[in-house]
Amino acid sequence: MSRRAANGAPLVEARDVKKHFPVPASLLGKLLAGQKDQLVKAVDGVSFKIWPGETVGLVGESGCGKTTLGRVLARLYEPTAGEILFRDWPVHSSFFRHTQIIFQNPYSSLNPRKTVRDIIGVALRQRGLRDPQEREAETLRLLRRVGLSERHVDAYPHQFSGGQRQRIGIARALAIQPQFVVADEPVSALDVSIQAQVINLLQELQEEFDLTYLFIAHDLSVIHHLSDRVVVMYLGHVMEEAETESLFANPLHPYTQALLAAIPVVDKEDRRERIILEGAVPSPIDPPSGCPFHTRCFAKKGPECEQEYPPEVQVQGHRVACWLYV
Amino acid sequence: MSVTSPTGAPAIAGRRQARLELWQRNARRFLAELGRQPIALLGGLVVLAFILAAVFAPYITAHDPELGSLRQRLIPPVWQQGGAAEFPLGTDGQGRDLLTRIIYGARISLLVGFLTVAISIIAGAGLGAVAGYYRGWLDTVLSRFADLLMAFPFLIFAIAMMAFIGPGFANLILALTFKGWVEFYRLVRGDIMSEKTREYVEAARALGRSHPTIIVAEILPNIVQSIFVVGTLRMGFFIVTEASLSFLGLGIQPPTPAWGSMVAAGRDVMLTHWWVATLPGLAIVLLVPALNIFGEGLRDILDPRLKVQ
Repeated sequence: MSRRAANGAPLVEARDVKKHFPVPASLLGKLLAGQKDQLVKAVDGVSFKIWPGETVGLVGESGCGKTTLGRVLARLYEPTAGEILFRDWPVHSSFFRHTQIIFQNPYSSLNPRKTVRDIIGVALRQRGLRDPQEREAETLRLLRRVGLSERHVDAYPHQFSGGQRQRIGIARALAIQPQFVVADEPVSALDVSIQAQVINLLQELQEEFDLTYLFIAHDLSVIHHLSDRVVVMYLGHVMEEAETESLFANPLHPYTQALLAAIPVVDKEDRRERIILEGAVPSPIDPPSGCPFHTRCFAKKGPECEQEYPPEVQVQGHRVACWLYV
Repeated sequence: MSVTSPTGAPAIAGRRQARLELWQRNARRFLAELGRQPIALLGGLVVLAFILAAVFAPYITAHDPELGSLRQRLIPPVWQQGGAAEFPLGTDGQGRDLLTRIIYGARISLLVGFLTVAISIIAGAGLGAVAGYYRGWLDTVLSRFADLLMAFPFLIFAIAMMAFIGPGFANLILALTFKGWVEFYRLVRGDIMSEKTREYVEAARALGRSHPTIIVAEILPNIVQSIFVVGTLRMGFFIVTEASLSFLGLGIQPPTPAWGSMVAAGRDVMLTHWWVATLPGLAIVLLVPALNIFGEGLRDILDPRLKVQ
């Protein structure tokens, strides 16, 4: 299943990446109620590696920081701490030539005042294609490649359906000739019938252009279908990371177990036991002490869960952060 | 270009053609939309008539706008007893043709309106774009300064300023724009702040485009309509303010014909010779609402978001 070269160097590596957003208290609140500036710890110390040619799925509930992490990797946010390496080099400004991002919302990700030619043409110009005729030819080639017609080149985004818009967004990302693509829930805004087409397109393009994907989604069946490896996030931390088959067959972390138990299954025989998590995701402004999941965990081991963040351990080929396996 | 590549050149030419067709299609659609709003169309035609009259003033009337003959003073309009066909709208207290002065007065009014709006847009939209995009201390300083200016009534502020710096055309423009930019600053700042959160801006970042390029090439095309609409609406306001200042003797100085000072000059003879003050006033009453109606029609066509519920 895994396409990754056995011992090669990773293409992208995140080292203890943190992204905190300040939430300043109002002046009045500071003066009258003694409020303090707060920090949203959207991503709070995440490390992982992505090897060339593989697809890594990033899953978690909404608010777990997966989108923020994707944007940090796509160089849209500067990380608060930690670093991102691309082919073992720290990433700085010219990273865009290697990394592109496909957005969740195909309606706001295309400039409504630009024609398809402008949208893709800008990307080609950024790649360094100066000659307008070459650019024109390349634009048409890209459009055909993502399954659109050449006559669409003068149309505006509002003239397209959601699936077609997503194809334009994909063509724009491809125009830069990236090696690494962050796909931030690229199909969750689309009709189910269209989702499969776009996913198939992404897979074809991966083969054709040797792309490496970080695929962010909350739809676990999509992740199961696409990914070689899965990273599970909760409240800005990585809970578990494993090969896809192994993770789905044998989830180790209680949070992963709860997530997988929530997948609807048609066949009664195959159903997992439902695990209902109590309460809501705690606020990333004021995360719980110790393991961030301990407030909702059904398999708590003891007081250490509430006191100290669990060390990451390797168990059965999984990377898990849970006291149960220490 | 056509020699270099036999396949590419027609594509480029075809692309130009397509652009032109697109533009023509948009223009036709705009005119069709305007046709569906007869009142806005009427307003537009009135404004157009004033502009044409102002531009071609010397060809419309043979009289001198500043030089009259005292022997021909206070002749009533042509439809009244004692009127003369040579002076269709009569003459003023110095024997100058009123129609000529109204037409030349349109030059002043439209020029002041246009220049004030143009400078206000350049200053206000520029600062608003920077403040709304980068935020930070510059935004705080500019916004508080804008709030401060907003606290003064426009006319009182302009009167005080004109009294301070003295009358004259350039000073008038300065006094009007000194507070006039705030409107556009607030509009553009707000628009930029809301557009900036949309993903097409992030996509442009991901492609490596610089912040200034993103503001000008990506965001600006999305907000230029609302700037245009507000500009049209503000123009009427600036014209009225200029007329008010000229009426008070603080704006355009005689003998240059300006509607406000013409009304002021006719005030003394209002009861005996009504036309001297009334007809220039009527010109204001015609042009300003026409501008507003046209602007509101533009708003409905170009930018439905701004529509007042």
